[in-house]
Amino acid sequence: MLRYIIRRILGIPFLLLGVASVAFILSQSTKGDPLSALVPERMMNNPEIVNAVRAQWGLDEPFPVRYVIYMKNLVQGDMGTSFNTRRPVAQDIADRLPATLELVIAAMIIGTTLGIGIGLLSARFRYSVFDNAARGFALLGSSLPIFWSGLIMLYIFSVQLQWTPGTGRLDARTPPPEGGTGFYTVDAALSGNWPLLMEALSHLALPAFVLGWSVIGIVARLVRSSLLDALGQDYVRTARAKGASERVVLINHALRNALIPVLTVLGFTFAYLITGAVLTEAIFSWPGIGSYAVSAARSLDYPAIGGVTIVGATAFLLANLLTDIAYAWANPRIKVSG
Amino acid sequence: MSVAGDNPVVRVGPGLRAWRFLGRLPITGQLGVVVLLFWAITVLTVQFWPIADPLMMAGRRLQPPGLDHWLGTDALGRDVLSRTLHGAAYTIPVSLMVVISAVFIGSVLGAVAGYLGGWVDGVIMRAADVTLSFPPILLAMTVAAALGPGLPNAGLAMVIVWWPIYARLMRAQVLEVRTREHVEAAIAGGAGKTRVLVVHILPLCWTPTLINATMDFGQVALLAASLSFIGLGAVPPSPEWGSMISEGAAKFYSWWIAFGPGMAILSVVLATAFLGDGLRDVFDRRGRA
Amino acid sequence: MSTVPLLEISNLRAAFPGPNGPVEAVRGIDLTLDEGAVLGIVGESGSGKSVAMMAVLQLLPAAATVTGSARFKGRELVGMPRGQIRQILGREIGCIFQDPLSAFNPVLTIGAQIVEALRLHDRHISRRAALARTHDLLASVSIPQPHLRAAQYPHEFSGGMRQRAMIAMALANSPSLLIADEPTTALDVTVQAQVLDLLRRRAQEDGIGMVLITHDLGVVAGMARNIAVMYGGRVVETGSAEQIFYDTCHPYTRGLIAAMPRMDQSDAPLVSIDGTPPSIFARPPGCSFAPRCHMAEPACSLTDPALVQAGSTLSACLRAHELAAEGNTRVAE
Repeated sequence: MLRYIIRRILGIPFLLLGVASVAFILSQSTKGDPLSALVPERMMNNPEIVNAVRAQWGLDEPFPVRYVIYMKNLVQGDMGTSFNTRRPVAQDIADRLPATLELVIAAMIIGTTLGIGIGLLSARFRYSVFDNAARGFALLGSSLPIFWSGLIMLYIFSVQLQWTPGTGRLDARTPPPEGGTGFYTVDAALSGNWPLLMEALSHLALPAFVLGWSVIGIVARLVRSSLLDALGQDYVRTARAKGASERVVLINHALRNALIPVLTVLGFTFAYLITGAVLTEAIFSWPGIGSYAVSAARSLDYPAIGGVTIVGATAFLLANLLTDIAYAWANPRIKVSG
Repeated sequence: MSVAGDNPVVRVGPGLRAWRFLGRLPITGQLGVVVLLFWAITVLTVQFWPIADPLMMAGRRLQPPGLDHWLGTDALGRDVLSRTLHGAAYTIPVSLMVVISAVFIGSVLGAVAGYLGGWVDGVIMRAADVTLSFPPILLAMTVAAALGPGLPNAGLAMVIVWWPIYARLMRAQVLEVRTREHVEAAIAGGAGKTRVLVVHILPLCWTPTLINATMDFGQVALLAASLSFIGLGAVPPSPEWGSMISEGAAKFYSWWIAFGPGMAILSVVLATAFLGDGLRDVFDRRGRA
Repeated sequence: MSTVPLLEISNLRAAFPGPNGPVEAVRGIDLTLDEGAVLGIVGESGSGKSVAMMAVLQLLPAAATVTGSARFKGRELVGMPRGQIRQILGREIGCIFQDPLSAFNPVLTIGAQIVEALRLHDRHISRRAALARTHDLLASVSIPQPHLRAAQYPHEFSGGMRQRAMIAMALANSPSLLIADEPTTALDVTVQAQVLDLLRRRAQEDGIGMVLITHDLGVVAGMARNIAVMYGGRVVETGSAEQIFYDTCHPYTRGLIAAMPRMDQSDAPLVSIDGTPPSIFARPPGCSFAPRCHMAEPACSLTDPALVQAGSTLSACLRAHELAAEGNTRVAE
């Protein structure tokens, strides 16, 4: 298995190179003078600063040189300066990353647990009313445009029923918790500030549910079909011939096999969630990378767009890598033969 | 009056064949076809319908749904139902073009990669891998931003996002089919590479692509609406569904503004999902029978 | 010697839902197995031989309907509540299946699956004790290095070893009846003999009754005391092994015996039975073997013959008496 992992990891740098190159090419289609974005107005008259910036980014150099400079800067963690915020893009992203991760992880947890649960019960009680209702619920989740379902949920639960608070990670006047992780929930828990934790959770609940709902369908469908598949296998008959109860058959035998394909889909669901996070953050005013990307795209803030794209693609690749590793670990045929 | 008997030869024309084919779909698939037909007809004829002009003020602003305006009016007093129906003419044709282009480009590249192998395969698959490394919406956003706003640019961005899927699909199919015996027989008979590919391999490869493309049509429509929602697709005052929902988000308490376009998108996505499932069922049965 | 047979099956029928109503895969069979004896059930695929045994053990898909009677030590298995039959399965009745690779769960170790078999029927046994017993079981079927092997996955075993592990698992709780469904079909010829040898030895040593299901007459030759030949969902001939091999009076059995390759006549052409077995959806009227039978008469397609005592065997053929009289032809040596 180790060999397999190493092989997979070796493929990553190439892909990252490709991703970064694409980001570079797209950033070169700037309409407007990049210089004015990198240098504050009042310093434009200062030739030293202007020249320094020119040199740093190679603005006068031909294309290939600019490419190399871009890559060099990238490796050092410099993704340029945002036109909008006037701050280094890398800084912007680092500030906002925890918010998005918190949302996506919560959505992943909700989506996969509900998805596995629904899939399991659907397979067990095939064709029952529950089965059909559950599959309808899952189908709806993956067919509704997230930006619309988010609006509807917000309207129903925040405005009409007042069960959940409004947008944002916390109430407008609440200061964020002290803490290193940037995950409001984790930081609040670690500092023992229970009211703050509850507040952060209540704000997280609705967007995480809306986002998670979009993947329940994929997971539930896959669990259901791979469970039904597993239940038709010979080893299930052997287990029954040994005198095992339906519950033992389902959980110890069928589910263990059925979860293997589900693992492969987790990477895919993560991708789906990143996509959905962009839109969800827009609706719920969640200050993460997604809303950053949206405002960057709207205002044609190219360095920011490029930065977000690279970070997003990297996360994507990592998710797929972890998925492949998890699959190799779970499937003994690969695990043992390497 | 024929002496040979009274069983007339029934010529099954393409229309009847299509009708029978549709009859084999499960009920949900048939519903999907109906919904898609409805939207197709809408796209083609909506300009002639006696409904309000989608761009002009038709009543008081922000009216809730009522008898005059079944889905109410938006922030500029325009009739929401009319805008929703007209909006089909933006999203549907673009989605169709995107799917057709992505399928065509992707399938050609995938077939070539699968059939020729070697470095051609390597290059095409690496390109596909890199493209697939991006979260779709980020890539679409990035390309659309680079190209500038407007629906055609968004469409191009989506084609770039989507082609690798079909390349991989077609390549996998080609790889499987080319090992079959009838292909060996054709090669042994002296058929050239192109002929083998086009005549013997490709006709057996299109089923998964067709099923995928059907379901992707809905997903593309969703992505198109998402891009417009963000502001990268259609430009106001066009009544495109995504931008309508964006306006609806701004006027949050007037829920009906987003309701029309939202339901429209949902209907397209569900219809294509059901139709795709139905097609898969039908082809499965044929394959086994 | 007890008077109650170990397994007694009467008029067993198993039907599946079909496109035009239920279709019977097993059409009323009668079988008897005494304690410590071996019964061979022989037939081609589609004869219903496996379905019959699975029906008795309630291991058919839920959509199947089973009627008739199957008494195990006097207890009626058909219609027995699931909870009760689960106590018997794996403890008093053990099963081995045709393809040990698919019959074992690929994601669990062999040891874990044998341990499961033990713990399903003994709540109080500790894991350690169960594992120790597992090692003993593996050793008893001549699997070398049982400690190592128990921690391995099914795909790491060779075919023969896998089947022996399955035998070990089936015998884990010392059953009195073993159902072996085509135990050697998926194995190489050289390995087949080893596995059969093992089965025979263990059955004799522990006095286990065995039902041996196979399509290969050669397999039952040295092992079965009694043989039942099945075709088209029915038993077409039954008798002791000697009687079946030497005094058969059914055309199908004759065909099967003639089709066995002979080592002492190396240039004799291989004989086969023309045609293919009927599908359960489209059985011919009357005797289901008639279309392929050299001795068929018009009457054969009208009535489905019942088992009659023609020669020394019970045979379901309208012309059984002719065959019996012709008999003693020493078809097989």
